[in-house]
Amino acid sequence: MASGFSAYLRRDLLLAYRRRGDAASPLIFFIMVSTLIPLGITPESARLAEIAPGIIWVMALLATLLSIDAIFANDYQDGSLEQLLISPHLLAMPVLGKTAAHWMVTGLPLTLASPLLGVMLSLPAQGYVPMVASLALGTGCLSLIGSVGAALTVSLRKGGLLLSLLVMPLYMPVIIFGSATVQSAIDGFAWSGPLAILGAMLAASIALCPLAAAGALRITSVN
Amino acid sequence: MPKLSLLTVEQLCFERDDRHTFEPIDFAVDRGEIMQVEGPNGSGKTTLLRLLTTALQPSSGAIIYAGQPITLCRYEYLSDILYLGHQSAVKMNLTAAENLRWMATGGIDSTRDALSAVQLSGYDDVPCYNLSAGQQRRVALARLFMTNAKLWFLDEPFTAIDKQGVSLLENCLREHVKRGGAVVLSTHQDLAIDGLRKTSCVPHADQGAL
Amino acid sequence: MNWLSNLSPSWQWFHRLGSPRWFYQTTGRWLPWLSLLAFTLLSAGLVWGLAFAPQDAKQGNSFRIIYLHVPASFLALAGYYIMAIAGAVGLIWKMKLSYMLMKSAAPIGAALTFLALFTGAVWGKPTWGTYWVWDARVTSMLILLFLYLGVLALQYAFHSNDAGNKASAILALVGTVNIPIIYKSVDWWYTLHQPATIKFTSAPSMHPDMFQPLLVMILGFYCFYTVALFLFTRAEILCRERKSVWVKELAMAREQS
Repeated sequence: MASGFSAYLRRDLLLAYRRRGDAASPLIFFIMVSTLIPLGITPESARLAEIAPGIIWVMALLATLLSIDAIFANDYQDGSLEQLLISPHLLAMPVLGKTAAHWMVTGLPLTLASPLLGVMLSLPAQGYVPMVASLALGTGCLSLIGSVGAALTVSLRKGGLLLSLLVMPLYMPVIIFGSATVQSAIDGFAWSGPLAILGAMLAASIALCPLAAAGALRITSVN
Repeated sequence: MPKLSLLTVEQLCFERDDRHTFEPIDFAVDRGEIMQVEGPNGSGKTTLLRLLTTALQPSSGAIIYAGQPITLCRYEYLSDILYLGHQSAVKMNLTAAENLRWMATGGIDSTRDALSAVQLSGYDDVPCYNLSAGQQRRVALARLFMTNAKLWFLDEPFTAIDKQGVSLLENCLREHVKRGGAVVLSTHQDLAIDGLRKTSCVPHADQGAL
Repeated sequence: MNWLSNLSPSWQWFHRLGSPRWFYQTTGRWLPWLSLLAFTLLSAGLVWGLAFAPQDAKQGNSFRIIYLHVPASFLALAGYYIMAIAGAVGLIWKMKLSYMLMKSAAPIGAALTFLALFTGAVWGKPTWGTYWVWDARVTSMLILLFLYLGVLALQYAFHSNDAGNKASAILALVGTVNIPIIYKSVDWWYTLHQPATIKFTSAPSMHPDMFQPLLVMILGFYCFYTVALFLFTRAEILCRERKSVWVKELAMAREQS
């Protein structure tokens, strides 16, 4: 059962490695769009610091959305998904493996690059640790929830845009608690509360999202 | 009592959006047999094969594997089948050998043997995007040389391969049934195989009405 | 579905319930009475609430919009659950009628959510001095509208009706799991950012003279919702079953009369 997980995790990581250019684009997007903020709003560091947690979180969400539709789309196009569907093992495990690979290719680099953005947006010093911690947990949620949307829209030609419409409302609790973790730390409050809730959301997503995505794949991928 | 067949299909129907795809299908395939599914374009040959692989669910009828409905022995059934679809499931960014190691279980030796069986020796480490369409198809076909599956479902396996490849594949099928396997395949090609059995997909008479 | 009829007589009602024809005929008998009931309740509630209920001490006459706003918000949320349950029944028992109900519930629910948002905005102007405030309830309602729009968009994105039905049923179920989480998070978020602003007069603390017409309106909205759901579903049934004999007979009879 677990073999389906690690096999697909390894394969998707290998595929991402072979197409490093594609894999890097969410990260580049994340950094580039953040430079638009000082240009569009203000370069004044006090005001930037005020909005930095929210901006960084919104950017992370958009960068995840940008890449999540590829999680099943390539497999759908070349027929690998069909082979996956008829494997005798539980479908949720390979789905979880693929989602984990997606997170390692997008969510994890975003998390690691976020301090850089923090510096650019003059995030106060006490915000860095909570930001990295909340992004690590939160981007996992984003990948998992996104996988359900990606599974639902895998066979649609213009699936990418529709996918964002479907999962954006589901992302809202994640962004609320994600940016609240950072904000609480900056305001000098305890930030373990919202972070714990993010952790709970991640645990629930790990349990439920692969099942929902697997069910969706069985319905939408053969047409 | 009639002999128990390896795979029996009884009154199999499929409907989508209240439209039946084909007339109810009945056939049986035993060990050592090759069944060719015939029918005009759009008669539902691919749908039939997908039903057999459980990727699609029939609206009525039954698929019986070794005396048991496949809904009751799903794991055993799916472990015993191999399906080769229209799309070959070959990953362009992986090399030929990586693709095979991925799709079938087996070590480096069996991968090399399988590739040489489809006359692709020396291409082990070539990324598949550098191969021609026919060569990519051969990579997919190489799976047939390294599988233990008893039942093969092949959807148009002869597309994009040359004459030599056709006779190679025919040989492979003969070997498989000689070992006691069974094959269900759809193709418009006339096959030079003895004892080939045929069944046909007939488009449903009144398309639409239930 | 064959195994259902073989089981036991107690399953027969369930089997029959799944028949679009049975649904069409039964609701055809109920509809006149339901419509009458909905009309009576709504007109009585409106006249009572708008003309006879006492003025609010702080908000004056502008509070009267709750007689539309509150029932619409109620039904908007309940409608999402109705839609999701219908989708779940469809997925589990492969019941076509259930999908038709789900498909019909989506636009009605979306319209009611929009109505709730719109009346909220109209109410907000005299109360807060602005049409839009990022209040917890308004925000949750907006997210609910997005959820509805997602289900609708997914439903119509597929060429195949069956695939659209099943996909949107899954999405509706995922949304159902998420709605409590979304509501709780938005509540928490709101208390975090705006601890002290005017809150809506909450329903239970209302004066009975104001509350009774509201109750009548809520009941009226439920009846209206049922009528609308039946009408939408009946239209969907006729469309899906247009090739069956009974629908053809129905059309012939309609033509002759």
